[in-house]
Order: sequence, then C-alpha cells, then structure tokens
Amino acid sequence: MLETNTYNYQEALIRYQEKIKAVAAQEMVLNLGPQHPSTHGVLRLELITDGEIVKEVIPHIGYLHRCFEKHGESLNYAQIIPYTDRMDYLASMNNNHAFVMGVERMLGIENNIPKRVEYIRVLVCELNRIASHLIAIGTYGIDIGAFTPFLWCFRDREHIMNMLEWASGARMLYNYIWVGGLFYDIPVGFEKRCEEFVAYFKPKMKELNQLLTDNQIFISRTANVGVLPLDVAINYGCSGPMLRGSGLKYDLRRVDEYSVYPEIDFEIPFAKGEIGQVGDCWNRYKVRIDEIEESLKIIEQCVKKLTKEHKRTTEFDPRALVPKKTVPKAQDFYVRAENPKGEIGFYFIADGRSDKPFRVKSRGPSFCNLSVLPEISKGVMIADLVAIIGSLDIVLGEVDR
Amino acid sequence: MIIHKIKEILIAKFGDTVIIDEELDQKQPALIIDPDLIDQVCLTLRNHEELWFDFLSCLTGVDYGLEQKKFGVTYHLSSIIKNHQIVLKTFKENDREINNLPVFKSICAVYKAAEWHEREAFDLCGIYFENHPDLRRILLPDDWEGYPLRKDYQTAENYHQIKIDF
Repeated sequence: MLETNTYNYQEALIRYQEKIKAVAAQEMVLNLGPQHPSTHGVLRLELITDGEIVKEVIPHIGYLHRCFEKHGESLNYAQIIPYTDRMDYLASMNNNHAFVMGVERMLGIENNIPKRVEYIRVLVCELNRIASHLIAIGTYGIDIGAFTPFLWCFRDREHIMNMLEWASGARMLYNYIWVGGLFYDIPVGFEKRCEEFVAYFKPKMKELNQLLTDNQIFISRTANVGVLPLDVAINYGCSGPMLRGSGLKYDLRRVDEYSVYPEIDFEIPFAKGEIGQVGDCWNRYKVRIDEIEESLKIIEQCVKKLTKEHKRTTEFDPRALVPKKTVPKAQDFYVRAENPKGEIGFYFIADGRSDKPFRVKSRGPSFCNLSVLPEISKGVMIADLVAIIGSLDIVLGEVDR
Repeated sequence: MIIHKIKEILIAKFGDTVIIDEELDQKQPALIIDPDLIDQVCLTLRNHEELWFDFLSCLTGVDYGLEQKKFGVTYHLSSIIKNHQIVLKTFKENDREINNLPVFKSICAVYKAAEWHEREAFDLCGIYFENHPDLRRILLPDDWEGYPLRKDYQTAENYHQIKIDF
C-alpha cells in the first residue's frame, strides 16, 4: 500500500499571490509584457518597483506553449523535425542538426554520413547562426534606442534568408536536415553565392561595429549593466554567448567535436572585458559580434571543401542513408549541440518497438538563460532591465516550446 | 571510466544502498540512485574535486506508462572543467491519483538551473519536488487541471468555458 503524501500542491501559488497582495504602499507592481516589444515576444515580467528601481522580477512564461513534447510522443522521428524548427525559429537549422544528430547516434549511423552532407549541414547551420545573431544584435540596438542597426541587420539577414530559401524552399522553418541526410543537395551555384555573401558581408560588419559596438551612447547603456558572474552563470545552467560573455571559453562545437567541426579552424570568442567588465551586457553583445566573424570563417572553409574535396557529383544522393523507418533500439539518449543561443539538448527515451519516441524532452538554451534574469536584475533601473533582457537573446518559441 | 569512480565515491560516502541499479551497457551509462538521497548525491558530485559536476544540462520528469506504475526523474550532469558527463536516474512508484503526486527531493539548493526544470516537470508530468522554493506551474496557466505529459492524460475540452478546438 502506497502512502498518500500530505503536500499542498497549491502552496507556492498561494505564497506568490500573497506576496503580490502584500506589496507595500510605496511600491508598485508593474507588468512588462506580454505585448511589450522589448520583451522579444510574449514574455511577461511582473516587476515589483520602488520608483524607478526594480526590486524583484517575476517572469511568467508559457504564452507560446505548443506542446512540443506531447506532440513528439505521437509522431515518428522524421515528423518531429519540423516541430524542432518551430522551437527556436530564428535558428531552425541548428535545431534540426541537433535533433537529427541525436537520432542518428541512437541508430548508430552517425559515422556513415557522407562528408559532403556533413559539410553542407555545417554550412547552413553557420549561415543560420549569423542570421540569428544579426537579429539579436539588431533588436538589441532597437531596445537601447538605436534604430539604424536594426534595419541594417535585417537587410543583411534577408540575404541569408533568401539563400536558405533557395536551398530548402522555406524562409525560416526549413526542415532541411533529415535523419541520415538532407532534403536536397544544395542548388547549383550556392557555393558561389556563399562566397559573394561573405565578400559582401565583411565590410558591412565593419560598418555595424562603427555604428553600434564602439558607439559611446551604446556603451554607456550596456557596459557594467547586468553583470553576470561566472559562477552564477554556471549554476543557473547558462550556456552559449551568455557563458562566454561571462569569460569562459566553452563551446560545445569544440568540446564535443561533433560533425565536421574538428576539421575546421575557428576560434571561440569569449569576453575579455575591453569595455565595461566581464559578464556585463556589452560583453555578451560583443561575443555575438565576434561569433559572426568566426562563422564567416567556417563558411569560407566549408565552401572551399564543398567545391574541391567533396564537390558535387551526379551520383551523390543526400537521401541515400535516410531510413525508411526509424526504429532505434530501446535506450535513453541525450544529445547536446551548440545553438546560437547556447546548449540545445534533446533527451530521447526509445522503447525499441515503435518508430515514435516514448518521451522526448528538449532542453532549450533560452529557457535556462532566461531563468537567471531575476537574479541579475535585482535593484536595477527599469531602463536597464530592458537592456538586460535584450542581452540575454531569448526566443520565446524555445522558452515555451 | 568515470562512472566506476563515481560509484566508488558514492558508495564510500553513502553506503551500498545509494546505487540501486546501473545501466552500463547503454551508449550513455546511467546510475539509478536512491530518490531520497539524490540531493546529497548531487551535492557530493558537484563539490568533489575530481568529479566537479558543476553544470546541470537537463532535468527530465518521466511518466513510465500505465503498466509500470512508476515515475522517474533523469538528471544529466556535466563538468565543464573535467569535460565528462553522467546520467542519474531516480524512480518512484505511484498510483497515479491526482492528489497523490510522486514526491522527489528538489536539487535547487545544488543547481539553481533545476528551479525552472523542476517547475516544468511539476507542471507537465505532475511530479512534486520537496523543498523547492517556488513550485508553481510554469508553462501552463496556474489554474490548469491535470498534467499533460502523463500517459493517461485526457485532453481538456474547455478552459474557462472556452471550447478548445484543435
């Protein structure tokens, strides 16, 4: 006979409601969001403010919850890939890649994937990484009050969107990387266009740096604001540019050495605190700027490989290894990969009988990165809070899944 | 292999009963830990200078289905400095009654990252975490009934008299 426990499951909710009720007379409860443009989507923050000072931040999320995990339990592995697109919809390729990598490792075919397929995967992932960081930078500018970088970033991002649309047929939600291969080979002339894009984009980055990175107004708004110490970042499970912005040189592309990243030469940018101090908003922003440069390097190397060693042949079939039916052995598997936002993870439980996962859990980097917000925004001004939210670079599609 | 070292360290500290079972033949070997000791085990793994598991990658609440009558929580820990990973699993039997949730120990005091993950597990799987500082629902509305990721979940037809079409 099992014992019945006597916990009150509503206790925390009641405690929270009491806290809001008991707010002192000189304080004010202020709702920031869910429709506020600087919350980057449908994030609602409940602020307890004393004048202009934020005493406490209570995030409320879930406005964009689309039951990814429940859907995952009733679809087969190949059918889940489009759902991963819609998690972090600014970096769909990277989500596809992480998910597909997990399924391939469960099937044990990860070493059979042709090199050309892997290089194309890395190429499109890095293009998507640049697009994602451009959004992060552009919208960060607009949060701070700089309108021009936003337009410039979107102009440049549009080139990437057009290229990826050319390859996959969709502008944002690609479903391009499949288990065991790709949807199609990249179109003829794609490599050339990548080269043209890199040549076009490098001077644009210089312009953007002059406009925003070294801008004194921007520095005043972001340097020394929202400092996230490294130990706090690790304890809260922050990853990606958040962790590197706190001064740790840690990138899963190098740590796990997955796909063809070991064959590619690139650096891991991390905050050095040239301006402000390590862990503040400016340093997190700077890590993203530096990562764009590194992604451009990766793209150049991939294009070189794709035109020389692993060039297009008539007999190359990117779908050759795509399984007709994906039935992994009974096992648990956790896969992690470096998304533009941080460590994206998928935890699968396969029962060994069906082509549907018994349970699939996604660990969204934005979800963990957002959870540190109440910690680093105690006692800041409301205007600084907006700067901090922007520097986290969250995508609510992934926070809420 | 790191898992053998972890076993030695845990058995030396907590005795033989702490590791209930192990899954070593898997691609990612896992240890099945006594659910009453999981917070202590995590603390030990984090603070031990040879293991240094400072990063909680993922925390998953799992409903193992109607036949098995058990719930589980899986912890994926990793070490940034030492670059290794470990999977810990805990299980508890439960009769699936809506007012008798399975109770696990919260590891929020060890990893702050667990706070939102545990709220999510509570919200979607109906797993209660003892000593959690703020165990409210996180993704669903506060007045939602039932736990959607349970295998016996019946889809709600109405929410506040609004019909849910899908």
